[in-house]
Amino acid sequence: MRNWRWGLIGIVFLSFVIRTEAWKFSKAQHEHTERISGSAGDVLEDDPVGRLKVFVYELPSKYNKKILQKDPRCLTHMFAAEIYMHRFLLSSPVRTLNPEEADWFYTPVYTTCDLTPNGLPLPFKSPRMMRSAIQLISSNWPYWNRTEGADHFFIVPHDFGACFHYQEEKAIERGILPLLQRATLVQTFGQRNHVCLKDGSITIPPYAPPQKMQAHLIPPNTPRSIFVYFRGLFYDVGNDPEGGYYARGARASVWENFKDNPLFDISTEHPTTYYEDMQRAIFCLCPLGWAPWSPRLVEAVIFGCIPVIIADDIVLPFADAIPWEEIGVFVAEKDVPKLDTILTSIPTEVILRKQRLLANPSMKQAMLFPQPPQSRDAFHQILNGLARKLPHDRSTFLKPGEKILNWTAGPVGDLKPW
Amino acid sequence: MKLTALQQQSRRSNSFRGSSPLDSSMDGAIKSPSTLGAVTSTSTSLPAMNLTTAAASGTSSSRVVVGRHGILIRPWPHPNPAEVMMAHRLIERVQREQRMQYGVKNPRAVIAITPTYVRTFQTLHLTGVMHSLMNVPYDLVWIVVEAGAVTNETASLLAKSGLTTIHVEYGKKMPILWEDRHKLEAKMRLHALRLVREKKLDGIVIFADDSNMLSMELFDEIQNVNQFGAVSVGILAHSGGDGEDETAVVQKEEEKNSGLPVQGPACNSSNHLVGWQTFNSATFMERSARYVGDRAIVLPRKMEWAGFVLNSRLVWRDAEDKPDWVRDLDEVAADEEDVESPLSFVKDASVVEPLGSCGRKVMIWWLRVEARADSKFPAGWVINPPLDVTVPAKRTPWPDAPPELPLPAGEMAVVLQENAEKHATKTRSTRKRRSKRKHATRTIDERVSTRHAGEN
Repeated sequence: MRNWRWGLIGIVFLSFVIRTEAWKFSKAQHEHTERISGSAGDVLEDDPVGRLKVFVYELPSKYNKKILQKDPRCLTHMFAAEIYMHRFLLSSPVRTLNPEEADWFYTPVYTTCDLTPNGLPLPFKSPRMMRSAIQLISSNWPYWNRTEGADHFFIVPHDFGACFHYQEEKAIERGILPLLQRATLVQTFGQRNHVCLKDGSITIPPYAPPQKMQAHLIPPNTPRSIFVYFRGLFYDVGNDPEGGYYARGARASVWENFKDNPLFDISTEHPTTYYEDMQRAIFCLCPLGWAPWSPRLVEAVIFGCIPVIIADDIVLPFADAIPWEEIGVFVAEKDVPKLDTILTSIPTEVILRKQRLLANPSMKQAMLFPQPPQSRDAFHQILNGLARKLPHDRSTFLKPGEKILNWTAGPVGDLKPW
Repeated sequence: MKLTALQQQSRRSNSFRGSSPLDSSMDGAIKSPSTLGAVTSTSTSLPAMNLTTAAASGTSSSRVVVGRHGILIRPWPHPNPAEVMMAHRLIERVQREQRMQYGVKNPRAVIAITPTYVRTFQTLHLTGVMHSLMNVPYDLVWIVVEAGAVTNETASLLAKSGLTTIHVEYGKKMPILWEDRHKLEAKMRLHALRLVREKKLDGIVIFADDSNMLSMELFDEIQNVNQFGAVSVGILAHSGGDGEDETAVVQKEEEKNSGLPVQGPACNSSNHLVGWQTFNSATFMERSARYVGDRAIVLPRKMEWAGFVLNSRLVWRDAEDKPDWVRDLDEVAADEEDVESPLSFVKDASVVEPLGSCGRKVMIWWLRVEARADSKFPAGWVINPPLDVTVPAKRTPWPDAPPELPLPAGEMAVVLQENAEKHATKTRSTRKRRSKRKHATRTIDERVSTRHAGEN
């Protein structure tokens, strides 16, 4: 009897040893990536299902479907996240049809879908559209007035988020739409100490078409032979003829300082091998344009090219889940003339580590909005971000009769009905 | 100037963004001092800013200021050579890391066996193979077996490679007939394999014939071989041809010959080796070359050595895990007078591993181009003694070609070496001094030619 018990202990011990050995072996196999943990901890791979419940308001189709029907280009431009997020939430397990048990409320209004013939969104009607939507939900459901929007979230992926303007000075002048003062904003724009980024916002990457990028993948053993790569405008002569406004002069500075430098493969050409070239480059420049954010960051992460971010005080997507300082290189705009010195003086080990972090598939997934949605993609990261803000604190719920929002604030033009 | 040049470049103008932001409705908050030039080429510490928009909004303003900034350009916007070197070192390190992660794990050494002999085309062929082998990213041992005796020509060629070479001789001279030559090459390769056995060289053996062409992917692919592998060889048999007649006939032959010019393993749909693809030489038989250098098509044998790779341990005397299907080297050499291909080493051909996506990818090409056996070429391709002029140059200080050129005794020969340069200045100056006195230049010429004749 005793022998039998000893045998059992022996078997348990052996299985434990074997399991740790197997774990070590599998870890060694994945040596070319590294786990990513940001300031909020190791949260990139969290599963939001079960951690929050979202109620989706049913708005009349003039706020969403009809707009999309008028212009289907909204599904492919870089602001398409608002549409895909709506679709994702409709069929997600976090959706609840019972608003009483919901933690968060989502209003599906496509404010970035009024496009010019060139495909750029006009923000002039967006404030009125948003206001009209909020008026609708506050009158038809009691949940808005209960918190004045503090447990509601809105997707505003436009240039300067809920400031609803493409020109920075005008956007700052307008500020965030007063009605959204208490709501959580999910936006692509992020810059510290900026009017258009309010505390508690969730920064997301701009939409980049996943299939298009996957179709241009090249074998990973293709040697990376380009040191620095960039394709795009340096001067915006149409809108900034004198120079100095576009990108705060940073892009022009890159051009003037490095156009003759063979290590810098930079130009305004739009080659057909753009994605393939990024996979053959070690550093990809992601300088600001008219707004600090750009799809180049997403492309650089997907293609394993270390992003060189030239945008002062920028807040990058999912900044609490992804430790961007360890993954990318941040260069101050005033340091652009020294860019070559900065990049060549980064120790080799640091560069290899950054590449390992970029190779982590969770990192790439978190930047994408795939159709159909996959686990750990940007949709789930947004939900994770919302889940991390739970439970709502006491200031969320207002006492009966308490009013904070000023429904008549803002420019007079915003008050017109939509 | 700069802006106009750029206007031609950029066509993507977002016209709806309105005209210059200076038209904004902000009250006097934006001033654009014309003193602030668009391009400032001073030092980097230029204070860029001239305005804030903090007054407009009540909340905390961004430290980053909106509005017009100067374009910072450093005084010497050109690359620093030390930094360029560091960048290249970085690139090299990144690529090495890439190879370690995505390339072959635990790469094995490559042992290349090349039979060669001194002839006109040797430098051409051997340089080709040498450069290919120099680019191989793995450890390499190059065994060069020379027919006849070890010569300085071959040795000096090999010395330029910087590779680990073993240069040995194989007593017999290379015969003239192609058939005999193929047989001798096979014996030379066996000799090299004996060397591998003696020295107990460890790695993957490939047979790099000197006129063949190897691609870099081949070396990556053969790292996958376990014991005995086969790759597809592209057969370029239409070489050393005569001219247009030849090519026309050859094209017709090609249409008749529906087979591909490839020799290698053939697999079924589940990627198992089921047989061999060979080059259909039947149609070329009548016009095939018989001896080296006759301008006819050189045909390969049924399965060329070049298409096989083997683990060097297969030829070792006592290797522990030697499989039982391999025959001993000496046994094979003694058994067959002519070992046509390494397949003689295996008792059962089904153990051969097909490489290169089961023979579908051709990474090595077989070619035989040779000059006649009696063709002369300068030793080591260094011209010494100096050449005879066969075609006089136009518009040089040299006199216009006298119709007597070329003469057998080389009387009107003109020196082309360093004396030639001196001579050139001399005639030029003499021509200048004695303007247009052709007979004067001619006398100088004659003087030189007699001197040259004396040299000869």
